[in-house]
Amino acid sequence: METLSNLWLGLETALTFWNLAYCMVGVLLGTAIGVLPGLGPTATIAMLLPVTFGLPPVSALIMLAGIYYGAQYGGSTTAILVNLPGESSSVVTALDGYQMARQGKAGKALATAAIGSFFAGTVATVLLAVFAPPLADLALQFGPAEYFSLMVLGLVASVVLAHGSLLHAFGMIILGLMLGLIGTDVNSGTTRYTFGFPEIADGINFVVVAMGVFGLGEIIGNLANETTRTVMAKTVKGLMPTREDLKQMAAPVLRGTVLGSMLGILPGGGAMLASFAAYTLEKKVSRHPERFGKGAIEGVAGPESANNAGAQTSFIPMLTLGIPSNPVMALMIGAMIMQGIQPGPSVMTEQPVLFWGLIVSMWIGNLFLLVLNLPLIGLWVRMISVPYHFLYPAILVFCAIGVFSLNNATFDVYLMAMFGFLGYIFRKLDCEPAPMLLGFILGPMMEEHLRRAMLISKGDATVFMSRPISATMLVLALILLASVLAPTVRRKREEAFQEEA
Amino acid sequence: MMSHVLQKKDFWAGVLYIAFGVAAFWIGRDYPMGMAGRMGAGYFPTILSVTLMLIGLLSAARAFAQEGEAVGAIAWKPLALVVGSTALFGLLLSTAGLVVALIALVLVSAAASQHFRFEPKAAAGLILLVVFCTLVFVKALGVPMPLVGSWFGE
Repeated sequence: METLSNLWLGLETALTFWNLAYCMVGVLLGTAIGVLPGLGPTATIAMLLPVTFGLPPVSALIMLAGIYYGAQYGGSTTAILVNLPGESSSVVTALDGYQMARQGKAGKALATAAIGSFFAGTVATVLLAVFAPPLADLALQFGPAEYFSLMVLGLVASVVLAHGSLLHAFGMIILGLMLGLIGTDVNSGTTRYTFGFPEIADGINFVVVAMGVFGLGEIIGNLANETTRTVMAKTVKGLMPTREDLKQMAAPVLRGTVLGSMLGILPGGGAMLASFAAYTLEKKVSRHPERFGKGAIEGVAGPESANNAGAQTSFIPMLTLGIPSNPVMALMIGAMIMQGIQPGPSVMTEQPVLFWGLIVSMWIGNLFLLVLNLPLIGLWVRMISVPYHFLYPAILVFCAIGVFSLNNATFDVYLMAMFGFLGYIFRKLDCEPAPMLLGFILGPMMEEHLRRAMLISKGDATVFMSRPISATMLVLALILLASVLAPTVRRKREEAFQEEA
Repeated sequence: MMSHVLQKKDFWAGVLYIAFGVAAFWIGRDYPMGMAGRMGAGYFPTILSVTLMLIGLLSAARAFAQEGEAVGAIAWKPLALVVGSTALFGLLLSTAGLVVALIALVLVSAAASQHFRFEPKAAAGLILLVVFCTLVFVKALGVPMPLVGSWFGE
């Protein structure tokens, strides 16, 4: 019953006129930017973050969440219509979705994606409402040692589950942690690594890092191999699915939702891993696996549901533990901190309006996605058709003005340019920048918890192993790491990420 | 085909990690270390920079031991123009004002594309963008950016 009264509180918050409006604007803006090819959700959110800073915290987070699912759905639209997935989680959607579009069934593919996402989003929101409170209660008993171990586990898991080289993922995490140290040390007041610039005495703003590495870095990468692209369907028809289609997609949507919800909670590439796993599963259970890759509706329904369910449940560790499970959640945490909210288990008890309002608005956002995006598809198609060489200078303009407006400082603009340079170099060397962002956000928290834990234990490092919850998490992290390093699993992991990619 | 060590991604990634690690260690050498039970400002940075150096060594060693992909050509032109135009925007914003800074940012960055050429449609788009930014960011949202900078009086 408590869940119901909480949801009622959330409903009251989310249904105020302004919050509804911000949710809708967020979904629309997110989709509009998300459909632009070559812009994933991380870059989209980083770009739109400054827009939300003037809002009250609840509205800002509601709008950001809206931007997130909008961006994801926009990415799927692009994947289906132009075979240019803007982010790794819609790579899978492009496989069968684009083939459907080539066969003139773009409308059906888009509708499948929208309906699957909506169903998955609904289920995942319920899961979030049910499982978040007990988890937050548990987390309230955590001391600094538990938090430190939890962060270690989170970072290790995000490395193991993400794609690419393990070694580089660790390297980038450490680099991120170090970037997080820049600024004044809260305990001693020593300024560290500021090179005498007062502008970064409070640390580098995470928006600067995210926009530089993901925004500018991606633009340079895209320009390095500029391709011309053709939009598959100039006009999209047949959006309304037939009874037959609905029957065909029901089972894949259900399977995708279950799989996605579970994988989304895990740190790491949540949504991305979910869509890959769902595609593989659909292909395995299908009686006609040969149809996959040639326009199978299940190949769109399963992964799209999984990816949206995963996106939704990845909010669970973020809201209850204050631990980001992917770069988007890292940005959400950064946004919360900028709004003066310390992320963690106390958010639920101290800010119930924000917590439950956000959860309910997630469902409303998914509803907006369904009812707004299908009718607006003509507009999205026109946005996709804008050539990239017109788009990217405009993207740069918004990044530059956005970063300037954070502190009204040109210094941040220069810093963003520098991170853009680094972002391209890292990409060129196959060092994924996503773990760096996670490390950057977690760095200060991790140091603080480490210090406190060691202070309480009077310098005895065994405290991390003598406290049961902390020890369990460290052992889990070790098992994860050992299992990935084991040769057989290692090969399987590489296969899983390479399949169809 | 085996690519030369100096061409490999792993090698250069290792060099980068080592460079960052050494720099962080060197700059942080004067930060008070404290003890494990009462960590100073230098404790955590020192752990991190040493770890990063080790990861760098591993990565570089891997380049010698294993086959690996070559770095390939670096897209200097887009790199220089995109990064440069952003920095130029920062430079021009306070001195020449928003209008000039925007035009410079768009034109310089657009030159990075192989499709770049002067055409009426693109020019109209640029004017529209400048007007949009002026109205939305400066007039509506009140971001303190001078439309006309100190170079042109005031």
